[in-house]
Amino acid sequence: ASTLALIETNAEGKLEPSCLNLLDAAKQLNNPIVALFVGSKAAIGAQDLQDSVKCEGLSKILVAKDSSLDHYLPENVSPLLADLLKDEEYTHFVVSSSSVGKNILPRLGALIDNQPVCDVIKILGPTKFIRPIYAGNALATIECPQTKKLLSIRASAFPAVETGKLEGAEVAEVPFTLKDALPIEWVSANLTKTSRPELGSAKVIVTGGRAFKDKESFEKYMVPLADSLNAAIGATRAAVDNGLCDNSLQIGQTGKIVAPSLYIAVGVSGAVQHLAGMKDSGTIVAINNDPDAPIFKNADYGLEGDLFEIVPQLTEKINAAKA
Amino acid sequence: MSAKLKILVPVKRVLDHQVKPLVNAARDGVATQGCKFSINPFDDIAVEEALRLQAAAPGAVEATHAVSIGPTKAQEVLRNCLAKGIGSAALVETGEALEPLAVAKVLAEYVRQQGFNMVILGKQAIDDDSACTGQMLAALLGWPQATNACKVALDSSNGVSVTRETDSGEETVRAPVPLVITTDLRLNQPRYVGLSKLMKVKRTKIPVLTLEKDFKDVDVKSRLQTVSVDEPATKQPGVMLKDVDELVQKLSEAKLL
Repeated sequence: ASTLALIETNAEGKLEPSCLNLLDAAKQLNNPIVALFVGSKAAIGAQDLQDSVKCEGLSKILVAKDSSLDHYLPENVSPLLADLLKDEEYTHFVVSSSSVGKNILPRLGALIDNQPVCDVIKILGPTKFIRPIYAGNALATIECPQTKKLLSIRASAFPAVETGKLEGAEVAEVPFTLKDALPIEWVSANLTKTSRPELGSAKVIVTGGRAFKDKESFEKYMVPLADSLNAAIGATRAAVDNGLCDNSLQIGQTGKIVAPSLYIAVGVSGAVQHLAGMKDSGTIVAINNDPDAPIFKNADYGLEGDLFEIVPQLTEKINAAKA
Repeated sequence: MSAKLKILVPVKRVLDHQVKPLVNAARDGVATQGCKFSINPFDDIAVEEALRLQAAAPGAVEATHAVSIGPTKAQEVLRNCLAKGIGSAALVETGEALEPLAVAKVLAEYVRQQGFNMVILGKQAIDDDSACTGQMLAALLGWPQATNACKVALDSSNGVSVTRETDSGEETVRAPVPLVITTDLRLNQPRYVGLSKLMKVKRTKIPVLTLEKDFKDVDVKSRLQTVSVDEPATKQPGVMLKDVDELVQKLSEAKLL
């Protein structure tokens, strides 16, 4: 038995932070792990993995360098995976439950007539997994009797593997030429540029809701607060829909799912769909002028009052406390 | 666009998004007795997109059709689609919930039978949150897929440009039909449907198909077993603090600063 893990990299070919959590989940499956990198920058990812991650059980790295695999186009990546998984040695396949993983895994499942288990938050054994349903209002324990277990892993539910050096992993190239290419073309990407920590891996997240009336006030109050904590900035759907910030910052059932050590919700009412994206955070702080806002029921610490007064005070006092 | 579009919009009837789901006594699902059900919100966006494509290029769209795989009551959801302007609808009646792979197989067969060349559906259903069906359907049909669409544009040379929401921003892909598109939140704002339009379709007969008769060669058996469904651990009630100083002190004590 072995576990094949598709490791996602960014546009430069470097590891996405979520792969550290993915590898922890892979370790919990107790099989030897084979890491797979795809695309013309696959070798960069393989090197980055060897230079920066410690992971017991990871003994082999596969690189498939064909450029048709760039941008993780599922029409091309899923057939490659289907092909690799013909090897009976592989009993498990894991990928992050990211926009890339969610795009590829079901397509792979259908190609090999297999129903994946999506968004795994807990591994109970080689065939038994827990996944959230109904926006996390219920947790389903799933038994997977299929020969292959195809899993997408929710990064925020697993710790990161240690950083360090990966010793003694063998690197092998996988030959791949695309047969019967489908007529889809990747045109362009418009990536959100930020110098802040990423939502997926940040230790601290500050999130703004619809209480901010415009983009200027959102930035005026949220950026200094985030800076004081070296935090990532998140937003509710309402904030994104009102144009207060970029949609890639949305946290919730269908946005990003996060679980930082500290989560500060500013002017967030606490809709079920938002709670689904953050309720597993370590310490949750809510600042809101409505004492009945549902967010307070889900917070460890609540502060009732005008956020336009509280946030600058908080920012200043955090900076002072750190000095 | 030279090939005329025949658009299929698969829609799912789900527990309304405003109902708080509670685990049932048997611990094998959530309690649904007396609860309000509605169209899956993402499928509603798919319905809207089909209607907008048709309105924007009436000559390019030959037909719009909605289908639901579910209980008899899913007819209400389909009737709602008709009231909004979808051309026709059908129900594939089944008492048991199917897994995404089974749903995709039924839909693939339906697409082949009826000759659709574009399928628009929600990126995920808000009950099982699987986010699988669209991608699986595309694979089974051998079509490209454009998931999590926030913008769809038809161009003159038989192509569709789709801007997708991703974790790191947006990306654009382009493909000719046939194509599967799944919808994200910001693609459009679904219209409301007025009572008079609903009254007009109140007695419209919706064809009912069955798995046994109309999809008898399709393998719909479950691959996974749900062992149990449980409530997540509840959080200890938090404390209200009196001022910012107290908050900073608490965070300092917890070594969170």
